[in-house]
Amino acid sequence: MILFDNVTKVYKTAQRPALNDVSINIERGDFAFLVGSSGSGKSTFLRLVLKEERASRGDVHVAGRDLARLASWKVPGLRRQIGVVFQDFRLLPTKTVFENVAFALQVIGKPRHVIDRTVPEVLQLVGLDGKETRRPDELSGGEQQRVAIARAFVNRPAILLADEPTGNLDPVTSVGIMKLLDRINKTGTTIVMATHDQDLVDQMRKRVIQLDDGHIVRDQARGVYGSGA
Amino acid sequence: MRIAFVANEVGIGLWRNFSMTVSVVIVTAVSLFFFGSGLLFQRQVDQIEEFTYNNIQISMFLCGAVSDQPSCAGGEVTQEQKSAIEADLEGPELSPFIETWFFESKQQAYDRFVVQFEGSALVEGLTVDQLPESYRVQLVDPQDSEVVVAYFSGRAGVEEVNDQRNLLDGLFNFLNGARWFAWVFALALLSAAVLLVATTIRLAAFNRRRETGIMRLVGASKFFIQLPFMLEGIVAALLGAVLATIGLFAAVRVIVGGYLQGRLTVTPYIGPLDVLAVTPVLFVLAIVLAGVSSLITLQRYLKV
Repeated sequence: MILFDNVTKVYKTAQRPALNDVSINIERGDFAFLVGSSGSGKSTFLRLVLKEERASRGDVHVAGRDLARLASWKVPGLRRQIGVVFQDFRLLPTKTVFENVAFALQVIGKPRHVIDRTVPEVLQLVGLDGKETRRPDELSGGEQQRVAIARAFVNRPAILLADEPTGNLDPVTSVGIMKLLDRINKTGTTIVMATHDQDLVDQMRKRVIQLDDGHIVRDQARGVYGSGA
Repeated sequence: MRIAFVANEVGIGLWRNFSMTVSVVIVTAVSLFFFGSGLLFQRQVDQIEEFTYNNIQISMFLCGAVSDQPSCAGGEVTQEQKSAIEADLEGPELSPFIETWFFESKQQAYDRFVVQFEGSALVEGLTVDQLPESYRVQLVDPQDSEVVVAYFSGRAGVEEVNDQRNLLDGLFNFLNGARWFAWVFALALLSAAVLLVATTIRLAAFNRRRETGIMRLVGASKFFIQLPFMLEGIVAALLGAVLATIGLFAAVRVIVGGYLQGRLTVTPYIGPLDVLAVTPVLFVLAIVLAGVSSLITLQRYLKV
């Protein structure tokens, strides 16, 4: 689903590569944690998958597409296959929960009847049914992140990228979010989650890919945060 | 769904950016008003030219009893001299240039003068004898007037040969000057309008960077992300064009209909139909300028 083949990314202003000769294969339906200290290349990895950046060397394949050869007008098509969740939620403060989720479908031209059917479904999936008319500032952090996940998932993407989704949440709430992501993963969606949350990684026992200074230093099938076991 | 959504986005954008929107509308309105004025001046000049070309005459005034022109040294024009002039007007040399001609007697000149200056002090005390006899010559092509003027100028018995085109030169100069003034002014203002649209769009793009960021991530097309911004610029510019059109209608009504037509009746004037004719140009210009400037701005300031 996501295939990196000897990928190196050097930013224009940087001395050292953000990613250095990275090769990895994340299969359809995988749940992979991307761990490593700040500046280790996690964000660059996610940006390359989204084609926000181009690889300096090597090939990136996402959902069967060779991103180096993907025409710029086809990038939106790629991004419709990928949902993204951020640490800071990035909700629209003037819109209600329903409108925030519906927005993702409106802007890709989905008709009203599709929106009216799918948005309540996904809100139920993330456990927000009954809160459709609330605004983001009336919700807790965990609930806001659920809205963001609903928005990322409402178009049923093949891949869900999560960049520190629990970074602003307390441990108990974080566990709830993890359970939600796990449930989404069970629908067949590939999930890649960059995180610093050691406890969560250790609890989940999923695949762990550890980056250090642009290199993959560990890729473990049912790993923990630290290098142990 | 899409249309309603985009319309809603445009409305929100215009409203959030209200003061900028108003300034775009005003500057576009004023600049298009002056541009339209330039076009209307052009049409007025064309109309006068067409009218005068159809009606232009050469007036050949003959010597009266009192004249200090050298060609009138021999006193009042004689019957022989008149016959010679008439023969020349009909002759092989000049007749190809001449459409028609007629003789105007002193009495006819007096009658015309009295009608033209009715109620004026000029008429009082004027006698028939004070007005000159003349030949009025209408040309096939008014451009050829020099030929006829040169042919008769200075001939004995002919006091003066006037080409009416010379009389209208002043008017043409004025109208041409006014047209150029309007266009230069319009150009300066249009540049300001373009820059203002660009700034407005830039602000709007900055204000809505959160929305556009999300649109980008969920895979909205470039066109769909940029469309509301472009439409904002275009809608504001179109409002300006509407105001400019109203302004031009009002100006033509007040200046031409209310002032010139009552006082200067020598030529036809432009009317509401001419304003209607230049209006599409203003609207197209508004759309193109706003569209292009927002497109360029979006390329630079809106990542998609």
